[in-house]
Amino acid sequence: MTVFARKHAWSYIFIGPTLAFFVLFTVIPVIQAFTLALQNATIVGGTFVGLENFVTLARDPIFLKAVGNTVLYALIVVAAQITLALLIAGLLQPLPRTGQVFYRALFYLPLVNSAILVAMVWRWIFNPNPFGLANAVLAVFGLGPHPWIGSSDEALAAVILSTVLIIPGGGVVLYSAAIGGIPRELYEAADVEGAGWYARWRHITIPLLRPTTLYLVVVYTILAFQVFERVYIMTNGGGPNNATITIVQLIYSTAFQFGRYGLASAQAVVLFLMAVAVAVVQFRWLQTDVEY
Amino acid sequence: MSSIRGFVVYGLLTVAGVLSLFPLYWLFETSLTPQQFIVKVPPEVVPRDLSLQNYQRLFATTPVVRWLVNTLLIAGGITLFHLLFDSMAGYAFAKRRFPGRSVLFWLVLSTLTVPAQVTLIPVFFLLKNLNLLDSYPGVILPGFADVFGVFLMKQYIQTLPTELESAGRVDGASEWQIYQHIILPLCTPALAVLAIFTFQRYWNSFILPLVVLRDSFKYPIQVGLATLQGEFNTDYGMLMTGAAVAAIPMMLVFFAFQRYFVEGIRIGGVKG
Repeated sequence: MTVFARKHAWSYIFIGPTLAFFVLFTVIPVIQAFTLALQNATIVGGTFVGLENFVTLARDPIFLKAVGNTVLYALIVVAAQITLALLIAGLLQPLPRTGQVFYRALFYLPLVNSAILVAMVWRWIFNPNPFGLANAVLAVFGLGPHPWIGSSDEALAAVILSTVLIIPGGGVVLYSAAIGGIPRELYEAADVEGAGWYARWRHITIPLLRPTTLYLVVVYTILAFQVFERVYIMTNGGGPNNATITIVQLIYSTAFQFGRYGLASAQAVVLFLMAVAVAVVQFRWLQTDVEY
Repeated sequence: MSSIRGFVVYGLLTVAGVLSLFPLYWLFETSLTPQQFIVKVPPEVVPRDLSLQNYQRLFATTPVVRWLVNTLLIAGGITLFHLLFDSMAGYAFAKRRFPGRSVLFWLVLSTLTVPAQVTLIPVFFLLKNLNLLDSYPGVILPGFADVFGVFLMKQYIQTLPTELESAGRVDGASEWQIYQHIILPLCTPALAVLAIFTFQRYWNSFILPLVVLRDSFKYPIQVGLATLQGEFNTDYGMLMTGAAVAAIPMMLVFFAFQRYFVEGIRIGGVKG
């Protein structure tokens, strides 16, 4: 055995198993996603067609609708999730420790369940009949009934509402930890100068939470780009007139219902580039560090 | 905190909590309501006639127990793999110096934000070529490629003191013994976080088993649930009962290991 092998063999043994699966099921597939996107791929094979799939997508109104829906969903959902997480973390801050632990658990509990299960409950709540819970609530105020998931005008709104009505527990935990890390002296100094709660939030808390906010914006945006189960379950995979079609829903149906794997790979590449763009913006913003 | 402000704070938090938990409540409430009362106008928010009728129908007409066992095997298998191999890899990346270390770790890190759907089609083809479609390995093996745990374990092991390893080497311990008897016992908190996150993730995974499995007896619970809903006439009693059966195990795990969930978010960030 050479000196090199003796010295480093154990390191490679330690990383070997994970790395082997990582290369086989992640690294190579990511590369293949790009090569498949340039092929007219079906289940039996494919031929190279250059950028034809992307040209097809650029002219496909359903794909453009899927991109539009996905971006709209992400914008509203992320804005709501960041705001809610910050508000709740702010409310939790003055509580004693046991209170914080209790409420954090309360907000996290609904999130341990699968997207499928959650989407099913919302499908039930937003069903178009008068016995649907959303319509029953509206009826109390003399409104409705609305067709919700049964109509091309309201289905996307129902899908978005189903997401923003839930407290983002993960964001609450991260914001709580970050707020806990802000030095007390800053607030004491603000008190001495007679700053009210709004000034303290505006000039101390929110600016110092910027790294957490950026991290959450990126993570929540990339997660929102991947919205699938809600659409698949709540609106039978796209809703009336493709009202709720999203990119991932379209990838699924293009590949696994219509067998057009090349075209679906091109859609996946677009999704990938959208996620990369968001991540790049994050890294550029994070260059400017926050100091206490 | 003044009492008025305290009242407002607790009031707002409680309202938010109730709203957040309401879908779960509604799920269990519907599952316990007999079929004929489910479609009542207005709906009964406080149930009057509780019954296990929906549960009897679900267990009689669907292989839901089989689905739960399948999910336990799939999620459990993937979790065991990661507990062993991610701690090994995390240790190597955190404490050992070897050629290619930083390049490989950078590769691991850079794929953490890649949406899983990007690799879905190539993985499907790979499984087809390996003759693994419609098989348990077909849904388990891709789960082994998840590198979130490597990252989590590296972050944790980095914080452990190096002196213990050095002392072990002086005492003549082999490299494996150092990992097994020195590093691994110190990793218990991180391993708990990893186990819970991985198990939760694969208990809830949907799209990969949906495209890989054909035989409905091999389905994990999430895919099985999705087959319960008809396109036009949905039996919401059955649907909510299936969802309740899928929710209970995960919620028990949460109640038992609640502190590790919060800890995991702090160490590893938000994963959905």
